[in-house]
Amino acid sequence: MQITSPYFKEKSSEALKDENLQKALGNVERGFIGKRAKAAANLPEFEALRDRSKEIKDHVLDHLDLYLETYEAKVQDSGGRVHWAAGAQDARNIILDICKRANAKTVTKGKSMIAEEIAINEHLERNGIEPIETDLGEYIIQLRGEAPSHIIAPAVHVNKEEVEADFRRTHRHLPPGRNLEDPTSLLSEARSVLRDKFLAADVGITGANFLVAETGTSIIVTNEGNGDLTQILPRVHIVIASIEKIVPTLEDVSQILRVLARSATGQDISVYTTFSTGPRRAEDPDGPEEYHVVLLDNGRSDMLGTEFQDMLRCIRCGACMNHCPVYHAVGGHSYGWVYPGPMGAVLTPTLIGVEMGGNLPNASTFCGRCESVCPMRIPLPKMMRHWREKEFERHATPDRMRRGLSVWAWMAKHPKLYHAGSRLAINLLGLMGRRKGAFKKLPLAGGWTEHRDLPAPEGQTFQQQWAAQHRNSKLEQAT
Amino acid sequence: MSVSDQNSAPETTAIETPKNVALFVTCLVDLFRPSIGFASVKLLEDAGCTISVPPAQTCCGQPAYNSGDKADTRDIAMQVIKSFESYDAVVAPSGSCAAMIKVHYLELFEEGSAWHQRARKLADKTFELTSFLTDIMGRNPVTAHFDGTVTYHDSCSGLRELGVEKQPRRLLEAVDGLTLKEMKDSEVCCGFGGTFCIKYPDISNAIVEKKTKNIDDTSAGTLLAGDLGCLMNMAGKLKREGSQVDVRHVAEVLAGMTDVPPIGKSKKDKKG
Repeated sequence: MQITSPYFKEKSSEALKDENLQKALGNVERGFIGKRAKAAANLPEFEALRDRSKEIKDHVLDHLDLYLETYEAKVQDSGGRVHWAAGAQDARNIILDICKRANAKTVTKGKSMIAEEIAINEHLERNGIEPIETDLGEYIIQLRGEAPSHIIAPAVHVNKEEVEADFRRTHRHLPPGRNLEDPTSLLSEARSVLRDKFLAADVGITGANFLVAETGTSIIVTNEGNGDLTQILPRVHIVIASIEKIVPTLEDVSQILRVLARSATGQDISVYTTFSTGPRRAEDPDGPEEYHVVLLDNGRSDMLGTEFQDMLRCIRCGACMNHCPVYHAVGGHSYGWVYPGPMGAVLTPTLIGVEMGGNLPNASTFCGRCESVCPMRIPLPKMMRHWREKEFERHATPDRMRRGLSVWAWMAKHPKLYHAGSRLAINLLGLMGRRKGAFKKLPLAGGWTEHRDLPAPEGQTFQQQWAAQHRNSKLEQAT
Repeated sequence: MSVSDQNSAPETTAIETPKNVALFVTCLVDLFRPSIGFASVKLLEDAGCTISVPPAQTCCGQPAYNSGDKADTRDIAMQVIKSFESYDAVVAPSGSCAAMIKVHYLELFEEGSAWHQRARKLADKTFELTSFLTDIMGRNPVTAHFDGTVTYHDSCSGLRELGVEKQPRRLLEAVDGLTLKEMKDSEVCCGFGGTFCIKYPDISNAIVEKKTKNIDDTSAGTLLAGDLGCLMNMAGKLKREGSQVDVRHVAEVLAGMTDVPPIGKSKKDKKG
């Protein structure tokens, strides 16, 4: 996948001009926010559950090694196998190996952001294996050759007409005259096309929302049922998950599940919550013969013990981007890699480097709405600021800004000079703007006046007037 | 809600009713709209406070802080702490600057250090203006009159870092002749974001366009908020769009000091 995060600004300018995209983004804004708010309001213990969920994950992160080892042992006990992948390449190799050993020609896939992170589809394709996305949104963007633009609604940027065109372009075996105008007909078509793929698949790859240490269970949370067919029908089931998905017990996971769907889609619980423990046992009616878990680190263990550790609490609900004014304006693709929105702005520089992802934490107004809805209470603005600090320390902040900032900071630290200087400038600006009350254009203020007027200063500064009043009152007292 | 409800305000009243109050003017008010400073002084004096304006104040340090320049931020914070720590309370007509002092200064110094303690003490007695008037002074000094319908924008830092939401509305209810008409998404960012609006002008513009639409949809004649940065952003956009809406800081209306032209307007077009 081509990483375009360094071009966030350019990509977002294009996105702002894309009318279809803007319409689709309006749906995000309207769709998710009200539903989450209602779900949260309907559950009296919602805030307490957020606190508890945060505590559970904090505890895990403080003892991650212990829980990972416990988890691995439990997976082995149930007849499954854990594969440790330090980086994306390791994970790709492990998965390809398993697929090759299974003589796999086609692989079905449930929705997985980790699969996006390691770009497994491209790797399988290069090696002659056909990966098929089975989540409707993922299926659509796979047909389009795109990356997801949202972590729970991957095709949220695509409209119905575009889906129809994509289906007509790719489902060539179906009669051209068929009706695909309403969403239901699109859904039925995807369903019937995918049904054959489910049956033909040799390997099924799913992600995991949680990995339970006490039982070695992986859990997926879905609404379409595609995940279940992906992991039950093929002979081999591969779970690809990152190391921080661990929770200690089933009791813990049931607490976090109560905030996950509510924060994500406003559902009390998702349509399917599927628990998988090992391969098919003798008494099971169905299930895979092999059960593999690929545990990916990819930079996460480096976040432990740093100011970015809190980010590892993230349960990928998408509430932060659903409530982000910047995401609403520019959509997910502008962020240029796998994870968009506020969580992406924090995570991306960690995973692909601050040189590549450093733009993203700058593109925030710090309005704090993401943190206010994050079920895991991740201080997202604070962590974006940490990235800005790292950028500043490395002298990676753009020169012009850095120079401007240092002049301003020097002035701010010398109040007498600051007041003398600002008095001069402001009195002059006040005079210039007196007649109209605002400037349509002003040298050095192009960033501001490109889209809005700059209100003119009243004239004298507050300090100037206050000092004058005080001199006068002192004079009055003296006489 | 009536004025008597104000005693049940959620904010702590750990400090005794403060008498000697220092005004943290904020750099934007100092430079662009001193009227807000004088309105704040009037409101605080009417509430029974004696006001000082420490001359060594410039800015709270947010531009440096949010640009990742921690060293300069720390220097500025120390300067603010030194200039303001001797007063009973510090009040700013801005949720954003008050939150900088109240929430973020603590993060600049090592826990347990002398400066951290000094920052903590200052944080405990620093307040946003409307929150101070209601939560701390516990009575309503507002005696103003304002003819017209207003709508109120919740600025992000004040709302989410300090819980300023009901306080300005309570105070506005006491203004004779004023009707408050809430806009859709009043709690959503206006797109200002400090240096954000300069660094990402196109995105900032897309965000403020939604805001001005929500403002226009209320048909209110006046937009109020508690932070001059957001106000300048919204006023500048409204003016560019040819809107007639007047834009003012909430303190101007509460203090009955609306004789100066609204933000971004001149004497000539004072009446829209």
